[in-house]
Amino acid sequence: MNLAKALEIASATHTGMVRSHNEDAIAADGGVGLAVLADGMGGYNAGEVASGIAVALITSEMRQAIPKTNLHALSQEEGDLQAVRMLKGVVTKTNTSIFESANSQPQYAGMGTTLVVALFRDNRVSVAHIGDSRLYRMRNERLDQVTRDHSLLQEQIDSGMLSKEAARRSQNKNLVTRALGIEPEVEPEIHTYDAQPGDIYLLCSDGLNDMVEDEDIELTLNAMGSNLPLAANQLVQMANDNGGRDNISVILVKIVRDFPATDTWLSRVLSWFK
Amino acid sequence: MAKLILTLDGVVLKEFALTKERTTIGRKAHNDVQIDNLAVSGEHAAIVTILNDSFLEDLGSTNGTLVNGQPIKKHFLQNGDLVEIGKYKVKYVNEQGAGTSAADFEKTMVLRAPQRPAEPRVGDTQTGVKTDFRSTQVDTQFNNTGQQAISRPIPPQAPTTPPMATNPAPAAGAGPMTTLTTAPGVPPAAAMQGVIQILSGPNAGRELPLVKALTTLGKPGVQVAVITKRPQGYFITHVEGATVPVVNGQPLNAQAHILNDHDIVELAGVKMEFFYKPVA
Repeated sequence: MNLAKALEIASATHTGMVRSHNEDAIAADGGVGLAVLADGMGGYNAGEVASGIAVALITSEMRQAIPKTNLHALSQEEGDLQAVRMLKGVVTKTNTSIFESANSQPQYAGMGTTLVVALFRDNRVSVAHIGDSRLYRMRNERLDQVTRDHSLLQEQIDSGMLSKEAARRSQNKNLVTRALGIEPEVEPEIHTYDAQPGDIYLLCSDGLNDMVEDEDIELTLNAMGSNLPLAANQLVQMANDNGGRDNISVILVKIVRDFPATDTWLSRVLSWFK
Repeated sequence: MAKLILTLDGVVLKEFALTKERTTIGRKAHNDVQIDNLAVSGEHAAIVTILNDSFLEDLGSTNGTLVNGQPIKKHFLQNGDLVEIGKYKVKYVNEQGAGTSAADFEKTMVLRAPQRPAEPRVGDTQTGVKTDFRSTQVDTQFNNTGQQAISRPIPPQAPTTPPMATNPAPAAGAGPMTTLTTAPGVPPAAAMQGVIQILSGPNAGRELPLVKALTTLGKPGVQVAVITKRPQGYFITHVEGATVPVVNGQPLNAQAHILNDHDIVELAGVKMEFFYKPVA
């Protein structure tokens, strides 16, 4: 099923005001309902290599796998499992690929990347993430953070050591507890949520949410949600106006209309003529 | 590296580097910071340091612990905090927090907690942030080559001036003003604020102060424009609708347009004026 008409997508990525390289990588494909964002880490250009591998591999693997995997022929529960299994499989493969590159080429030693992937199908979104790149959801003019960072700070917030407010003053902002390509195995966190027409999903690297308060992200998406490319650029601009200390990447996905699974043979036949 | 400076009546007695995960302060000899004074409890307070953050905790002392004049039980220490224990003062210095030392690069690292209960391998360290404040322990993670697992250096401070500030509006004459607009209690550095006054239509005369990072004007579905507040001044941008806003008789293009004092904006048939007003 082609989701291009159900999803509107805009994205922007920027080096920021301080760094010399953009180590973020992004890709989105409305047709298969996929958005991928990675924030690379590692010396010299290794960070770019890691995030580049992650985004390229995940996008190409899923573009191939999604049309072949008949998610819609399965019941919803099994469909969920199928989508989750696919995400898990492709993340595992990507992890191995980055890990092996890092181990075989000395200049890439120790490289890694964060990851957030959103897969839209059947009025749902499945999201896989590793590290501190985030997915937010805008619904009924309210912004909610969907993913929970795999970071030291988040652990401290969870344990009650730090309030969210105090966390903004922490000097330990840049410590992630999980990353892709660092170890032979990785456990992505994967959840599935209902998606509704009117929702706007925001995938972003920490360069956005470290520099721009959630409140201002919400304000921007409320004010500019009708013009997604403008909203994407506005978010990047705000991060840069506030100092732009890190690379900034955003992908915005708006649900324009329902995209239920079409599981009858008739609708599948009809979809050939669309 | 954070440190403590112990003083009495303005005289520096000693400095202590916060190298340990837990640094204790008290009268008894086994404390890391020993203060031999009867107003100080045997075990008075402790400082837990997790990488670059330090947390002070009063250990139920008889006479209490003050930070910047306020009694505390637990406190997240910030650079320059003054801790008072009896007549003694302990200053907490964390230069990294001041962002002044260019040599101190922030590095992003991966902290790996062994997921499996299996015995830790050689070189493995643990990320145990436990709910108990006192037993928090975190060690930095090194991979088996002895190299730091991941690092991405971040130069310590934001640039002093955004490079685009070539056409500063009156409000931004003093350079980048506070743009973390939601930071509570931080007054904007600039003393001028942009305001929109409606000149025509049923709301004529109404003033709309532009306090937020973005202010929406117009009707959704018909015509919407947004005024963004930036370090360089205020900008108007067309968001949606077939007609575009007109500024001083000129229709806007797709670009954001900087607003100057007393510009006239026409939007959805309503005329309005932008001007700067001193902040009360």
